[in-house]
Amino acid sequence: MNKHQTRAVEKIQKDFRASVEESRGEVALLLPPEAFIPAVKLLRDQYGYDLLILETAVDYWPQLEPRFHLVCSIWSVGDQDLLTLRVPLNGNSPSIPSLTSIHPAAGWYEREVWDMFGITFEGHPDPRRLIMPFDWEGHPLRKDYPLGYEEPQFTFNFDKISAGKPHPKE
Amino acid sequence: MGVVTTSLESMVNWARTRSMWPMLFGLACCAIEMMSAQASDYDLSRFGMELMRPSPRQSDLMIVAGRVSRKMAPVLRQLYDQMPDPKWVIAMGDCASCGGVFNNYAILQGVDEIVPVDIYVAGCPPRPEGLIHGIISLQEKVKGEKITRWS
Amino acid sequence: MAEYREVTMDDLRGLVTDRAITGETVLLNMGPQHPSTHGVLRLLLELDGEIVLNCIPDIGFLHTGVEKNMESKIYQKAEVMTDRLDYTNTIGNNLAFCLALEKLLDLDVPERAEYVRVILTELSRINSHLIWLGTSCLDLAAMSVFLYTFRERELILDIFELCSGQRMMTTYIRPGGLWRDVPVEFVPAVQHFLDIFPRRIEEYDGILHKNKLFQDRTKGIGLITAEECIQYGVTGPILRGSGRAIDFRRARPYSVYDRFDFDIPCEQNGDIYDRYLVRMEELRQSTRIIEQALQKMPGGPTRSSNNKVVPPPRSEIGISMEALIHHFKLWTEGFCVPKGSAYQTIETPRGLLGVYMESDGSPKPLRVHYHTPSRTNLQAMPIMTRNRFLADVVGIIGSVDIVLGDADR
Repeated sequence: MNKHQTRAVEKIQKDFRASVEESRGEVALLLPPEAFIPAVKLLRDQYGYDLLILETAVDYWPQLEPRFHLVCSIWSVGDQDLLTLRVPLNGNSPSIPSLTSIHPAAGWYEREVWDMFGITFEGHPDPRRLIMPFDWEGHPLRKDYPLGYEEPQFTFNFDKISAGKPHPKE
Repeated sequence: MGVVTTSLESMVNWARTRSMWPMLFGLACCAIEMMSAQASDYDLSRFGMELMRPSPRQSDLMIVAGRVSRKMAPVLRQLYDQMPDPKWVIAMGDCASCGGVFNNYAILQGVDEIVPVDIYVAGCPPRPEGLIHGIISLQEKVKGEKITRWS
Repeated sequence: MAEYREVTMDDLRGLVTDRAITGETVLLNMGPQHPSTHGVLRLLLELDGEIVLNCIPDIGFLHTGVEKNMESKIYQKAEVMTDRLDYTNTIGNNLAFCLALEKLLDLDVPERAEYVRVILTELSRINSHLIWLGTSCLDLAAMSVFLYTFRERELILDIFELCSGQRMMTTYIRPGGLWRDVPVEFVPAVQHFLDIFPRRIEEYDGILHKNKLFQDRTKGIGLITAEECIQYGVTGPILRGSGRAIDFRRARPYSVYDRFDFDIPCEQNGDIYDRYLVRMEELRQSTRIIEQALQKMPGGPTRSSNNKVVPPPRSEIGISMEALIHHFKLWTEGFCVPKGSAYQTIETPRGLLGVYMESDGSPKPLRVHYHTPSRTNLQAMPIMTRNRFLADVVGIIGSVDIVLGDADR
């Protein structure tokens, strides 16, 4: 960590009771959900972290407390270093305030996280599904959602699987 | 009478095979190989496919090049319905034939779940020569077609 | 599944202005199947006469579920799916995945493998820019450029086929180095390409650079400022065309890029013409990097010798028990990756590609996420198309250079 990054990390640790993890050269800060927006705003205004280059979620099912981690990485264009923030979220319908007021780049990424994981973002200007069809039910990237795997057709089960597949009328 | 219909059929089929116009339906990676097949090294114009028509009303052949996702399936069916008869479908690549590498919730396991397919071309992506072999096989198939409806 | 339903005005109420609801302005659907959308992209345009008031992109027509599928495959098998994401820059996607995996595993990569990786990645960058040039000029009705660029592309694809046997989806870059060493004909083939390519770049420039028609269609159109780029997370030639010279090969160096001498092209205005100039200059800089890499390439092994991750050579399996056991374990179970997460960023021809990989100690990944440049750049489309003519939208889509496999994953 260089000096600029160390100063930012210490300030966030002090103000928001964050814990620091360092793995393989990258620094990650674990924050409680209510501290997320103030911390990102502080990083942008005071320390120059202005390019949002990652916003996604990880599902740790069957562990329910916390079930999701929202991961977000911000790059500082002036000082050229990267800082990662992780926010643990509980349960089956978690929600967190949206980052679009600070970084408009988060718009579509938060739509994707809603689409794939079911995490609602309060204050998002356009909370629709992004990549699944608009009437799809379920959140595909959750661990309890099935893969939708189709058994491969070999000669011994060819007819059985053909009977189960849809075939078009002309 | 039989002599007249056979020579009429062969003339009609000759005209159909030598000037088939494909519809621009490149979805994913196979589309890049389809464009390579259209460009100068492997020229598709010598088979009569000078232009790729974007409008379904003016084309006879739909080359489904690439993976078809669940969101795209109704669109593909609608475009197939808008093509006038006679029409043929080539499923280019593994994803259009059988789902390919992707066996999951998001990809149709073969485009023959929604449209009837005449020729399957294997490969991921198939070489341009592979696509040309598929087109020549389609031409052989069309040459053998009989005229069944006279209206 | 193959039925469709009509979209009513209620669905659109939050997205378009009131003038569209009353019918004063026209809503035009530039649908998923369109000759100029470079793939399956749907744009909902609100038009007042010919002027575009608002443009709402709708993606997801090529969603492949790659991230979920990778969670049920071991790492070696999951790498095969990475080629198919950004299918114009296939080697770059492999490189990003392998660099992230090597970071998690702390795996060493021999020098020769690093240099060959750089040569192939730069050839892939040239390949992608040639496809961009061909298709975007095809949209602007300069059809001959398309035929010329695809002729050059065949030379690059021949080099890929020489190394790996496949023209596009090579999966040549594996964790620990390369799949196997490049054949003897590789260096003469690349040298031949480098001898003829600079003159070909001048040929394309000669057709387009001072062409009055091309300049009329591209100058002053599709403007975006550098501040808006950074706010919306836009990187790559769009950011460099708007005035900030940020290239992630310099900013967060990976592989051996810090040993090469190359410039980062940068223009000031932020319109389509400037992005064209930036990409043409990147073609020249890529040839420069390949020349330097060819000269400096050392001999030696091309894959790490850590047999817990890399399969041992076939010849050893008959004589050594450890080699047989390693081979068996790698093919049945796969290698176990220590717990943790890694984020690797690389610079693709479109911008920044980030791979976030998290592992829980098992041979299958817990989460692999791709932060792709096409999706981020597409988010800034409404800003670029505001108050422009409908005919300009086509040119703007071409200059943003999206690949839908990248945007939808």
